[in-house]
Amino acid sequence: MNFFDWQFAWDILPQLLEASLKTIGITLGGFAIAVVLGLILAVGRRSRLPWLSWPVTGLIEFIRSTPLLIQAYFLFYVFPNYGLNLSALQAGIIAIAIHYACYTAEVYRAGLDAVPRGQWEAVTALNMKPLTAYRDVILPQALRPILPALGNYLVAMLKDTPVLSAITVVEIMQQAKNIGSESFRYLEPITLVGLFFLLLSLALAWFVRRLEDRMEVAR
Amino acid sequence: MSMQQRFDDSPMVRPSRRDGSAEPLVRFDQVTKRYGSLTVLDQLNLEVSPGEKVAIIGPSGSGKSTLLRALMTLETIDDGVIEVDGEPLTHMPTAGGHLIPANARHQRRIRGRIGMVFQSFNLFPHMNALQNVIEAPVQVLGMSKAEASQRGEELLAMVGLEDKLGHYPAQLSGGQQQRVAIARALAMRPKVMLFDEVTSALDPELCGEVLNVIRQLGEAHNLTMLMVTHQMGFAREFADRVCFFYKGRIHEQGTPEELFGNPREERTQAFLSAVNEAH
Repeated sequence: MNFFDWQFAWDILPQLLEASLKTIGITLGGFAIAVVLGLILAVGRRSRLPWLSWPVTGLIEFIRSTPLLIQAYFLFYVFPNYGLNLSALQAGIIAIAIHYACYTAEVYRAGLDAVPRGQWEAVTALNMKPLTAYRDVILPQALRPILPALGNYLVAMLKDTPVLSAITVVEIMQQAKNIGSESFRYLEPITLVGLFFLLLSLALAWFVRRLEDRMEVAR
Repeated sequence: MSMQQRFDDSPMVRPSRRDGSAEPLVRFDQVTKRYGSLTVLDQLNLEVSPGEKVAIIGPSGSGKSTLLRALMTLETIDDGVIEVDGEPLTHMPTAGGHLIPANARHQRRIRGRIGMVFQSFNLFPHMNALQNVIEAPVQVLGMSKAEASQRGEELLAMVGLEDKLGHYPAQLSGGQQQRVAIARALAMRPKVMLFDEVTSALDPELCGEVLNVIRQLGEAHNLTMLMVTHQMGFAREFADRVCFFYKGRIHEQGTPEELFGNPREERTQAFLSAVNEAH
């Protein structure tokens, strides 16, 4: 095996960067869905209505107990047999979004549980509607302590995007594998991909920390 | 006349009261609340007239707070009917005159007549004093922010906090927080105010400022008030009527002079002497 070929690394960089846009898009798009869906699932799970809380609890536990890979396979390879045709990218984003929604749902649940009961009682005593109460009173208090945990899942989700290469999504890892199998050189593409994930993870962690600081100041 | 009969006969028209006094603003009719096998409110009857100040005293676990919490719909009741200003709170009459459990809309409409102040203040920690006071008027009553702020400032001035508008709860003393909480409840223009041991979480030297605000409220407004309190001195001086709770029922009630000066029931006597010894 030769030593690291800088020229080759330079040559394949544009291809990898192009594919990295897909990785970033999947992460941001998937996480945007996951944080909203996760909140809805958490509220559903905490509901006093058993016909709502039971199925939601079941879904969360099911998704968390099975690999993302299998969920992605079902969406992309099995569901088309039943008439649901999704592109690889669509299936990938939906799979990873639902997967992480179930994790963030548990984070939200912890945050919501931590809001003192007196806050809910005050909201009732002031006759506020549930939606207003969540938006103005409950969520702002629930979010602050769980922001680090949500940030961790954002980074974890980024690092899970290569799983989607298994359903033919050409994200940065799949691109690197393609380059490797064509050129028989894996050192450079895989190193660059590793570097990409390292830098992006650090950047996201920094961004989340800044967000926490801002929320701390905002009160 | 039983509840059922009355609603069957004429759902909306209420019979005039025998003694000719004003219609009660709050009425508990045979209200029962159980936690498992424990009965916290036991077929409780209570009528409170408009403008009346009722103090509720009694040993812990006797159902005093549950009464207020049931009236604020923080607790569901297992039996009986609660009425506010002539309309049932957790029930609503059907076209045929039967009472069925109230839907959310009905309950919200009736609940809007009631305000509550809690032992633990329950201010919103991420909002400053003024924001705490204007949040519900803006969001629930649909008041403009300018109008709500003006009223909010007036209310906070009334409780002596005109210089603390921008302070967050964590920057206020317990007594100040409780006064913000009173202003916040008043901002919703309730007909009935409930005070649930509002000085119990306060250092003794801070109780006075909160009680003064309540006293002032009682004098300035024709507000109906129900307060659960351990401050016998305040109950004696402030209330029109004192109810002694025991085992989920009103064991004895009367004017402060009657109840404190000459309690008839043994339980009341025992409770009052125990309280007096403690002070």
